[in-house]
Parts: sequence; C-alpha cells; structure tokens
Amino acid sequence: MKNRAELAARGAKIEIVVNPGPSGQSSLLIDNEHALEVAKFLRDHAALSFDFCSNATGVDWPERTVKTTTKVKQMVDGVEKEVDQTSEEKIPGYLEAVYHLYSIKLKHGPLIIRMRTVNRTDGTRLPSLTPVWRSAEFQEREIFDLYGIHFDGHPDLRRILMWDEFKDHPMRKDYVPPDDFEWEPTPHDDVLTRAKQHYPARPPETELKPS
Amino acid sequence: MSENNIDEGLRNELQRQGIWVTSMQELYNWGRKNSIWPLQFGLACCAIEMIATAASRYDIARFGGEVFRPSPRQADLMIVAGTVTKKMAPQIVRLYNQMPDPKYVISMGACAISGGPFKQGYNVLKGIDRYIPVDVYIPGCPPRPEALLHAFMELQRKIDEQKLSGADKAQFLKPEQPSEFPVPAFGEHDLNPPANPKTYHPPKLERV
Repeated sequence: MKNRAELAARGAKIEIVVNPGPSGQSSLLIDNEHALEVAKFLRDHAALSFDFCSNATGVDWPERTVKTTTKVKQMVDGVEKEVDQTSEEKIPGYLEAVYHLYSIKLKHGPLIIRMRTVNRTDGTRLPSLTPVWRSAEFQEREIFDLYGIHFDGHPDLRRILMWDEFKDHPMRKDYVPPDDFEWEPTPHDDVLTRAKQHYPARPPETELKPS
Repeated sequence: MSENNIDEGLRNELQRQGIWVTSMQELYNWGRKNSIWPLQFGLACCAIEMIATAASRYDIARFGGEVFRPSPRQADLMIVAGTVTKKMAPQIVRLYNQMPDPKYVISMGACAISGGPFKQGYNVLKGIDRYIPVDVYIPGCPPRPEALLHAFMELQRKIDEQKLSGADKAQFLKPEQPSEFPVPAFGEHDLNPPANPKTYHPPKLERV
C-alpha cells in the first residue's frame, strides 16, 4: 500500500492483496527471497517503524478452480448478441503465512504482510521473520506445527502444541482426525458419517419388511 | 477382621449401657471415608471450581478432603478437573499409577467425562475413562462446588459400602485386579492405543 514504491525500489517484488470486505484491510504479498530485507525495512524505516508483530498465523489454500463469467459479443444467426462466457481457472494450492504488524512508536497499524509457499507438499519453506520480530517465534512454531510450513532461519523450530512424534498438520483442510468415533451419543453431520462405521450390523430379523 | 453381622438390637442395648460395639470393617471404612486426600492438580476451568470447593465458602474440609497433596504417593483421590488433552493423557495415567491403593477417581465436568465441547477436536481425549477407571462422574461445564461436594459424598458412600473380606470384597484387596494401567504412547496420528481395550467398553447402540 503506502510506501510501496520505496519497498519496490529495493529489488523486492511486492503485490497488494486487496481485501474487498467492509474492513478493507489490504495486505502486502512479499516474495520469499527478499522477505527478510523487507521486514527489516518495515521495522527500521523512520516513517514506518513497525516494531511490533502482534500476530502470525497460517492459511491453507487447497487447489481450487475459480469460475469467471465475461460478456462477449458474438454473432448468433447473423445478429450480434452478448453471450456469457465462463472460463475456469485452476489455482494450485499453497500455504500462506500472515503477519500483523503494528508500530508502538508511531501508533499506527496494522500492516498485514503475507508470504506464500510454492505448493502444499514439498515446497513448504518460507524465511523466518523471528530474527526481525522476536514475538513471531512461538507463533511460527505453531504455524509449523499445525500447517507444516518450515521456516528457514528460525532459532528453535519444533512442534509446540502437538507432541514431537505427531506426523500430521491438523489445521490443513485435508486433515482427517483419527478414527475414535466409536461412542457418539448425539452424532450429526460429519461425526454421524464417521460414527456410522462403528455401528454394529443389524440382526436380519429386525429389518423392516415391506408389506 | 470380623464380618459386619452384629445384631442391631443387641448393639443398641449395649450402646445404652455405654458400650460401643463396631466391626473392623465399619471402623476402617469410617476412617478412610473421612480422610480422603485429593491429588492437587487441575487441568482447566473445572480446577477453579475445585479450588472454590476447597476454599472457605464451600469448605471441603467439612468432609475430610482438605489436604490436597502435591505428591501422588500421598493421595487417595484423583479429581480429574478439566479437559484432558491427548498430550496430557499419558501424564495423568502415570500419576494415577503412582498413587497407592486404595485410590479413587472423580471425573469432573463434561470434558473429563467425554471430551465435552471439545469432543470432536483432534487434540482432546474423549473421556479419561478410556485409560483409567472412574468412580464418580460429575456432569456440568464446569460443575458447581456443590456438585463436587455431592460427588465427594457419593464417593464416601461408596467407600463405606466396600467390603474387606469375602468374595465381593473391594477391588483394591484383590491381588489379581490391576491397580496400574498401561500408559499410552504418543503415536504418529493419535495416542497408541486410543483407549485401553481391557477396561474401556463403550456401549454398543443399534441405530438405523
């Protein structure tokens, strides 16, 4: 947003991710190679001095298709008509780390910055911003734990909530919780489908016979 | 150890004469039930209610349960007060194993009973009775101190009814009954095993 030109001058690629919602809180998408420099610049520049990282979190974006409809003028039976044309665009999945920055000194903020991984499987590395904002340490560990983003340059990247032997990343959209649904007194929706696999088979004589 | 088979009429007659007759079992259980020392640990908001129960307004000392012990070796009662996360469950079972017999467990609140509002969470144990035997369950979220006192009195009643000899004697007097239970290990996706198959038998409900 503001000072975008200043940032871009340093060779970093920065995109603005517009938030169309009522809050209008747009964010900066920072490329991974220059993330540390950009973060240092945001913290140290006199007019910005974002000295406080209040929140760091992860977002999982699975692979999705976006449909866009555009009106195209077309000749139909010799008459020019406007026809809706839908085009599907496949967006590959990726993981995102989002940081909320404030300036205690200048009393402004939040500035939201994002970083994106290459994909959701093997290219899940991002530079750690803990060297810039110490408060991101535990939150980056949490993102590592629940989303599986590896932060390069993090001083102590371990799981923080789940145990070390745990293999999954529970906050990912495709996470399936372990099958312990054998006793569900009031199941509904997804729980009902999971619990039904544990129901004993009905004895044949109790089955309703159509008369 | 004598059986509890004193003639009531004779006992009343003797009591009128200033002689108090009792049985070993009665005396033993009377002593035990009035000095239940709980283990001092809390897991979540239920622990705050447990603290309130121990404080002067509700005063669990009236029932002999005020001596919260910081060591499992000195405790008789484990009040599982709060949400048991899967990361915490092995430590709870270990604490239970370290308590000397006779030992009792109160499962306090919806979370300790079944996981409560977090039942469908990936990180919460769906009831502590998956690993250790529970004597008294208290529903509530969290239960009020009165409810905990009620559970405490229920436990006292239960202790009072325990037999010291005979075929139906108390569990802790039977050497073949286990007093320690296997501690679950941290697995790759869940605790291993997810429940103790020897003691945990969920009711099988037949549904359409």
